[in-house]
Amino acid sequence: MHHTLVALVEDKPGVLNRVASLFRRRSFNIESLTVGRTAEPGISRMTVVVDSDQTSADFVTAHLYKLVNVLEVEDLRAVPAVSRDLALVKVTVSGNGRSELLKVVDETRAHIVDSGEQTMTLEITGEPPHVDAVIQRLDAFGIIEMVRTGRVAMRRGDTVLSAAR
Amino acid sequence: MPKRTGAQIIWECLVHQGVQTVFGYPGGAILPTYDAMLEYPVHHVLVRHEQGATHMADGYARASGRVGVAMATSGPGATNMVTGIATAMMDSSPIVCITGQVPSKMIGYDAFQETDICGITLPITKHNYLVTRVEDVMPAMKEAFHLAASGRPGPVLVDVTKDAQQATMEWEWDPRPVTMPGYRQEVPVPEKAFAKALELIRTSQRPVILAGQGVIQSGATRELIEFAERLNIPIAVTLLGLGGVPASHALNMGMMGMHGEAWVNHAIQEADLLMAFGMRFDDRVTGNPATYAQNAKKLHVDIDPSEIDKNVKTDAAIVGDLRATLRDFLGVLEPADHSPWLGHVNGMRGDAAVRDIQQLPDDGHLYAAHVINDIWRLTEGKAIVVTDVGQHQMWEAQYYHHESPRTLITSGGLGTMGFALPAAIGAKMACPDAEVWVIAGDGGFQMTQAELTTAAQEGVKVNIAVINNGYLGMVRQWQEFFYDRRYAATPLRSPDFVKIAEAHGLPALRVDSRGQVEDAVRRAQASTDTVLIDFRVEQEDSVYPMVPAGADLHKMIRRPGPSVLAETGADPL
Ligand SMILES: Cc1ncc(C[n+]2csc(CCOP(=O)(O)OP(=O)(O)O)c2C)c(N)n1
Ligand SMILES: [Mg+2]
Repeated sequence: MHHTLVALVEDKPGVLNRVASLFRRRSFNIESLTVGRTAEPGISRMTVVVDSDQTSADFVTAHLYKLVNVLEVEDLRAVPAVSRDLALVKVTVSGNGRSELLKVVDETRAHIVDSGEQTMTLEITGEPPHVDAVIQRLDAFGIIEMVRTGRVAMRRGDTVLSAAR
Repeated sequence: MPKRTGAQIIWECLVHQGVQTVFGYPGGAILPTYDAMLEYPVHHVLVRHEQGATHMADGYARASGRVGVAMATSGPGATNMVTGIATAMMDSSPIVCITGQVPSKMIGYDAFQETDICGITLPITKHNYLVTRVEDVMPAMKEAFHLAASGRPGPVLVDVTKDAQQATMEWEWDPRPVTMPGYRQEVPVPEKAFAKALELIRTSQRPVILAGQGVIQSGATRELIEFAERLNIPIAVTLLGLGGVPASHALNMGMMGMHGEAWVNHAIQEADLLMAFGMRFDDRVTGNPATYAQNAKKLHVDIDPSEIDKNVKTDAAIVGDLRATLRDFLGVLEPADHSPWLGHVNGMRGDAAVRDIQQLPDDGHLYAAHVINDIWRLTEGKAIVVTDVGQHQMWEAQYYHHESPRTLITSGGLGTMGFALPAAIGAKMACPDAEVWVIAGDGGFQMTQAELTTAAQEGVKVNIAVINNGYLGMVRQWQEFFYDRRYAATPLRSPDFVKIAEAHGLPALRVDSRGQVEDAVRRAQASTDTVLIDFRVEQEDSVYPMVPAGADLHKMIRRPGPSVLAETGADPL
C-alpha cells in the first residue's frame, strides 16, 4: 500500500537533508519524494509517498513534525486528493513501429516531446497507475531511457493546506 | 547601538541565558570566541577531552534542570563531542554545544580542521545550526537554548564559522521570546483521549504505574504520588526514573526491566493496565515485546508524540506535559481501592528470599553490592550519585535507594562508558552544596580518567568509588551466561588507581574487605579534596536477576543456589 504525505517546510539550507536523514535513520521505506517551491515565499512543499506496508504513515508524520523546519504535515489518506506523476520515456522506433507508437500515444493521452532518427521521447502525465499502465504498453517498443518525478498531490475542493504561521 | 563581534555576541547571549559555567577546550576555529571570553562573567572549565565537556554539560543539566553548555573547536574538537551529544540525545538532556567552524569561504574545500559537524550530528541532536553570518548568531543562540530546554529536552549544536565570530555588527539583546513556526509545543489534548484514559483508569482492577524520567523532567513527583495514593496503585520505575518517586514510598515497588526486581516484572506481566508516565518502553524495560504485559491495556502519557505507539501499541494516549496531565486527572478522579491487587503484589515481594544483605555475615568477600549499599547508608541516601556503565551501574540502581529527583545521574539510553567522572564534575558545579559520588567500573573509569586533573584544577570535590573487579564485568557476565564462559577481551589490567589519583595530587584509598568500607567512605566525605577509593571487589560476581535481551520479561535468570548475596536492595533503614 502507498500512502501520500505532504509537508510544508521552511526553505532553508539543509532542510531536504534533514528529511532524508530522518528517513534513513528510522529506516522509513519511501517510494518517492519530491520537493518544490510553493506560492508562499520561503516555503517549500514536499510530497512523500510511503510504503505503508513497511512503515506506518502516522509514525512518519510524528517524526516529520519533530523536525523544527517542518511547518505542516498533511495525510492525504484522510481527504480526497488529486495526484499526478510525470514520466519522460525515450523509446526506440523503427519502420512501421512508428505508426504503432503514434496509436498508443493517441490512446493514452501521452505527448511526443522530441523525436530523433531512431527514438521518440514521450511525456506521460497522470495518476501514477495511469503512468504505470502507459509505460507497460511502451515496453513493447523498447524503452531505452526513462525518468519519473514521483507523485505530487493536492487536496480536492476549496480548502487548502497552508503553513500555520 | 554598540558594535559587537560575533564572538562577543555568543558570550552576551550566554550571559542573557543565565549561563555561569561553560565546559570547553579551545582551538583555532573557536579562538575569536575564547579571546572574547575574558570580558564576560562566565566561568570556563578547561576539560581534558571534549567528550568530557559534553558529559560535564550533561551532568550539570541533569543535576540542576538548567541547560548545560559545552564549547569546542572545529574538526577534532567537534568530533570528540559526538559521544557526549549522542548520550544527551538518548536521555533527553538539555545541552547546547558551541563549535567553531572554518571560515565560511573555506567550507566544502576540506580546509584544515574542517568537518561537517552539522551533518555528523544531524541524527543525534534535537536540532543544529550552521551560522555563517554575524547577524545570525543571536537568533541561533536564542533558539538553541529554547529548543534544548523546552518540550522533550535534548542537545542542540551551534556551529559558528570563524568569520562570523570575527565580523562585527551593531547589536543589542532582543528580549522578545523566540518564535519558531515549525516548533510545536503543546497541542490541546482531545476530549476523547482524556475520556478514554479516565475510563481505563476507572475500570482497571490490577493497574501498575510505570514512572520514567518524564516524572523528573516535568517536576511531577508530588502529583504522581498524590495520584498513586488516591487511586492506590503500585509504581514501577525505569532506570532514569529512579528518584522521581521516593524509594521508601510504600507504593514504590522499585526498578523494572532487565535488572529490575523480579516481583516488579511479575506485577507488570500480571497487570490489566499499565499507565506509562514519561517513559518510552525501551527494549531494556519490555523484554520481548510480543509477550510484554499481554493482559494489560496501555495508557501512555508522554510529551513526545513520536513515542506513542512506537514500541508498544497503546489503548489510550495523551501527548503533553506529565505534570499538567496528572493535575487534570486529579481534578476529576475519585479515590479507588486496589487492596486485593496490592496485597497480591506485596506478596510477591517475599520472592526475593534474602533481601537484606546487611544481615549477611562478613565472609571475607567484598561484594560491589555491599559497597554500594554501605555508601547509601553512610550518605543517608542523600548524595547525588553519578554512575558509569556496567554491572556497578545496575548494582547502584538496586542497592542505592534514591529519595528525590535528580539524585541519580546515569547514561541509560546510550550506555556510555566514561560518563561518570565528567558528568559528576558537571553535577557538582551545578549543585555545589550537594555530596556527589562517582560510582564507576575499572573499565569505564579509565576512559575519561584524565578529567581527574580537571577536578583538581577546578578544586571540585567529588568522591569516587571505583568498583574494581578486574573485568569489563557486564560483558564478562554476558559471556558467562550466553557465550559459554569464553572471556574474550574482558579480563582487564588496570593501573594502580591509588597512584593515579595521587599523581593528580588527589588523596586515594584502597579497600579490599567489608570492614574497611565505612572508614574509607567517612574519610572521603571528610576531605575537602576529590578522593578516590579503589574497591577491590569480588571478580566474577553477576547482576541478578536478569532478563536476557529480547527474552520474556517474566523469564529472569535468578541467582543460582543458596544465595551468598541478596538479589535486591535492602529495606530502607
Ligand atoms: C564506550 C563504551 N564501550 C563499550 C561498551 C560496552 N560495555 C558495556 S558494559 C561494559 C563493561 C564495563 O566494565 P567496567 O567499567 O569495568 O564496569 P563493570 O561492568 O565491571 O562494573 C562494556 C565494555 C559501552 N557501554 N560503552
Ligand atoms: Mg569492571
